[in-house]
Order: sequence, then structure tokens, then C-alpha cells
Amino acid sequence: MQAFTIHSGTIIPFNRRNIDTDAIVPKQYLKMLDKTGFGGFLFDDERYLDPGDVEVPLSSRRPNPEFILNQPPFDQGSILLAQGNFGCGSSREHAVWALYDFGIRVVIAPSFGEIFYNNAFNNGLLPIILDQAIVDELFESSQKAPGKVISVDLENTVIKGSGSERWTFAIEEGRKQSLLQGLDEIGMTLEKAAKIKAFEDNLRNAEPWLFS
Amino acid sequence: MTTKTLYDKLWDKHLVDELPDGNSLIYIDRHILHEVTSPQAFSGLRQHQRSVWRSDANIAVPDHAVPTRNRELGVAGISDLVARRQVERLTKNCQDFAIPLFTLDDARQGIVHVIGPEQGLTLPGMTIVCGDSHTATHGAFATLAMGIGTSDVEHVLATQTLKARKQKNMRVLFQGKLADGITPKDLIMALIGRIGTDGGTGYAIEYAGSAIRSLSMEGRMTICNMSIEAGARAGMVAYDQVTQDYVSGRPYAPEGDMLRTARDVWRGLVTDDGASFEREEQFDIDGISPQVTWGTSPEMVCGIEEQVPDLANVSNSGVASSYSRAMDYMGLKSGQPLKGLPIDKVFIGSCTNARIEDLRAVAQLVSGHKVSKRVRSALIVPGSGQVRLQAEREGLATVFTEAGFDWRSAGCSMCLGMNDDRLLEGERCASTSNRNFEGRQGKGGRTHLMSPVMAAAAAIAGEISDVREFQ
Repeated sequence: MQAFTIHSGTIIPFNRRNIDTDAIVPKQYLKMLDKTGFGGFLFDDERYLDPGDVEVPLSSRRPNPEFILNQPPFDQGSILLAQGNFGCGSSREHAVWALYDFGIRVVIAPSFGEIFYNNAFNNGLLPIILDQAIVDELFESSQKAPGKVISVDLENTVIKGSGSERWTFAIEEGRKQSLLQGLDEIGMTLEKAAKIKAFEDNLRNAEPWLFS
Repeated sequence: MTTKTLYDKLWDKHLVDELPDGNSLIYIDRHILHEVTSPQAFSGLRQHQRSVWRSDANIAVPDHAVPTRNRELGVAGISDLVARRQVERLTKNCQDFAIPLFTLDDARQGIVHVIGPEQGLTLPGMTIVCGDSHTATHGAFATLAMGIGTSDVEHVLATQTLKARKQKNMRVLFQGKLADGITPKDLIMALIGRIGTDGGTGYAIEYAGSAIRSLSMEGRMTICNMSIEAGARAGMVAYDQVTQDYVSGRPYAPEGDMLRTARDVWRGLVTDDGASFEREEQFDIDGISPQVTWGTSPEMVCGIEEQVPDLANVSNSGVASSYSRAMDYMGLKSGQPLKGLPIDKVFIGSCTNARIEDLRAVAQLVSGHKVSKRVRSALIVPGSGQVRLQAEREGLATVFTEAGFDWRSAGCSMCLGMNDDRLLEGERCASTSNRNFEGRQGKGGRTHLMSPVMAAAAAIAGEISDVREFQ
């Protein structure tokens, strides 16, 4: 897994609730076989005026000038700011791959869809839950001064803005350590293979129908 | 002795290890795979030269992007070559890792959440995961069933465990009796309308109460299915006689002495008296109307006799702006009635509502009627090959085709529009699926979620109608 330590970047203020994973990456791109190459399809339905598909070259597409990701300085942004329940809906991890491939490293919202939240950590994308009041404050300042840069320090769980701006955030210790070190989750679990095997043997004896 | 909820019991029984960081390792009994969210997981296994921990705990089936026509051609019938490659990749991955697969031309093929229960691959007391957010469907069998992402698909394949954090307990008590024209779909949609699409976030939901006890397994599956639309990864129903009767005789279910032993264990899959829930919702279903979504989130829902919200009455500016955006997208006005809204397409299908009971109810309603000329396309897509065969045996398929419906083969179809069953820009659809997001059924398509009988009534009338007034 990709490690995350400190990241500074431009805020993309996407002021909407319930941004679902269908919107983040539409269905037609789920037919791809790899984890890479999704960045061009991020928010595809809104980002382009014409319909896209896997084999339609991005260079032929017509970008929607009204959409935030097509507007400087947000097109170079890496910290997505959104309203509640970000990433709700489908379990598609492609949504995380698309955000990451585009260059997003942090998503800040008052709440997240649970499967998305989990998927993000598995790919080195940091989802940060902040109180609604702080999110609103960030929206206000980043909309007033487009291109606002903030710095996210995972080790110290702190976000720094300009001047004295400073916000702390909470994160589960296990998730924090995994992300800081870019740990191989499967490798770590396999270190417990003997324990899993013993558990499995017991379960097989007690409830053999689970194994037929 | 401490009292436990059903969720506590399922969790404790599968707890392999509690990790120092607060996470737990949970043993997974059944893993269901499909073509869309698995290829990258198998690539990861190969990259790290890892094997599959227990092949027979897995079952794979192509369902998401498969065509619902030309099924007799098998994989060759997939005209979208990108989609075909993905199905071929699933076949190869299953061969290489010795994972059982129901191929496209297998009569057992169907939607992941329909085939599991139908084949007895879903058994009470199991932990079940799948790279699909509607996995909670299996919770109807007193299982702990959750949707996972592709990284976790790989983790489960390699270790037979899932790293997870225990959720809080929430109970929803549906009390009362279903009136005519009211279905399990209406109950879960009304719940989502009440608690919102993030109301269940952080919780595992147990559905209980007199209304749940009187439902069939199909109805319970419909309710558990949409737990994710209420924000919860897992939803479940306690074991009872209805569960027992459904499971008995299924191809992969235990038989004889083993079945008797299993039943003794399964009878304990209920919440103990006095067990506590962090959150409880009481739902009196007696006054409930058929539910229809008006917007682009499942929480934007109301009774058929109601109207699109009046923006003047919405005080929260964030909510008002999302309502306003949804109305623009849906081509609706503030305060507009839903009844009488003309529709272009009808979709009866999906892991929410494509089981035999759903199709029987639809057939009963549409028998002797014709799909309105105003409707360009009315699809009925059974949840599995077995449901399709059963519907044909019972004569339902003939009723559908005589009424002017398009009777198809099993798959996810227009629920997510990965195949060629989809909405065109601006088309309005009466759909029995689970998501009405912008673009979900096709870019620019407008989805109104509702029950199968409501969708059937809409197909005949050519407009959104109240099934209770259907003649």
C-alpha cells in the first residue's frame, strides 16, 4: 500500500452532499482490468459534455468548462473538500483509484460512506472527517480565496492553513499506522496464518456444514 | 450471562483475533465473486505470488456487465468486447485458483445475491462477503454479510479473513401488517426516507418486529438488500421457521443428520431477550403508502399520494440546494405531484426485486393488460437462471410477453446499466432497483425507485400510478 505522511495541496471545494461512487467513476469504466488509468474518468458524467467509454480517447472529449475540475487552480488541486456522506453507494474501489490517479491525496468531509472510507485507506488516500462547522469554514475560506493551500500532517493529525489556521482531526490508530508506513495488510495478516488455521480447524469440527 | 444481539453472536463466533490497533480479524465462511470487482484482486495475488486460502469457500459468477439477451451463445454472446474480456478473465482466474464458477450458460448463473441463497451457498450463521455493496441481502438468513472493496477481496482470497472494526448495534422494529399493495420494498424505502442515507452509518442493523416475522425470505432479502442505502454495510434478520423452510433442500445445504445438528445451532441465531442496541427505530407500518423516489438519492422518497417537496418549506440551505439540484436533474418542480408523471421505460429486476415472489406479484397484476404505448421499453430481468426457469414453468413468462414486456435472461442489467440495458438522456424510468443516483441507469437518465407492483402498474398506465387504485 502507498504510504501517506505529510501532504500540502490546493483545496478543491466541491460543495455537495451525498457524492456517490457512481458519480466519482461511472459504470462503463468498471470493465477495466487494472487499478491504473482511471484519473481521466474521474467525475466523468459531469466533467465532460460528451459521453465517454473505455475506448474513447480522452483527447477527443469535450470538457465541461462549468465543472470545478476543469477550472484552474482546482484542476491542479489535490485536497477534495466535500459535504456529508461522501463516497456513498457502490463498493467500487475504482472510485478511490480514480481520485488517486487524478492526483487527489486527501478528501475532507463531515462523513463518508463506510465502504469508500475503508477502500481509501487501502490505497493511500486519506479521508478526513471534520466537524460540519470546520468543513463550512474551509468552504468559506477556499471559495473566497480560490487556490487556498493547506498542509495535512498525518503523524500529528493536524491540518495547517495560512497564518494561525490549525485544525486537528481524529483517526483510528491502526489506520494511521498502516497509512504512515504503507503497510502490506495481507502480508501482516498472513503472519497470523497459524492462528487462522487453528480457528478454521475448530470451526470445521464444530460446524462442518460451513465447509461443504 | 451477558445478553447478546444477533450481530454480537455472529461477530464473536467469527472473531479470529483482536489486533492491538483496535481492529479485529474476522473469519469469512463464504466469499462471492463477480467479474467487475475481482480482476485486480487476482492480479494482486499473482504479483505477490500468493495463493487462495480456501478455494471452496468461494463461488464466482458473472452478472454485472453481462447482456440479458443471446444467452445461448455464452461468452461469445457478449458483443461489448471490453466486457467480454472481463468475463473471460473471471473464467481464467477461477481456473487458475480452482474457484467454483457458474458460467454464463449455466442454468444456475444469476445475480450474486440471488444465487447464493437459492443454491444454499448462503447458510444461517455464516459470515459472507462480496465485492458488491448489496451483500447485506444475505443477512436475511441470520448471517453477517457485508460489501467490500477490491483490496479486501484480495485480502479475503489470500487469508480467509477480513480486517474489520465492530459496528454499533441498531434495531429497526417494523410493527403491523402489510396492507394490500404494500410490499417489503416500501418498508425499507420508508425507513431510508426517515433516517436518511447515512442514518445507519457505523451500525449493523437488525430488522425485527411482527411485520418482519410474517415476511417470506424473499421479502426479508429485499429489506436487508437496501441496508447500504440507509448507510449500513450489514443488515440482518433473526433465524426462524421461515428461514429453516427456505434453506432445506437447497443444493449446497446440509442434509440428514448434519442438517439436524445445524438446525440446533441455527436456532440460537436470534437476539437474546434484554440485549441492548445503541439505536432503535420503531416503525408502525399500518399507515404506510407505496413509496416512490422523486430525487437522486434513495432518501428523496415519499408516498405515492405526496408531492415533490416544496422548496419554500426547506429551511436548511444545504438540503435545499441538493433538493433543487435533484429536481433540475429529474425534470421536476417544487411541489409537483408524482402521480400521473409519464414514464418512458420500466425496469423490473435487480438484486433487490427479481426473485420469484416479485415476478409472481407482477404477473398477477399485469395479466390481461397491455404495457402502455407510451412506454418505449418495459424489461423484466429475472434474478437468476433458476428464477427464469421457475417463472417459465409457472406460466409467468407468457403473461409478461403477452402483456408486452420484454422477458430477459438473468443479470444486474439496468440497475447499473453496465450492459446495453440502460436509459438514454432524459428518459424517465419506473425501476425496482435500489439506486436513483444521477446517471446510475444511464447518463442523464431519470430513475424513480418503487416496488415491483408499483412498477408494473406504471408500465400498464404509462405513468406513475397508485397500485392500490389499479383496476
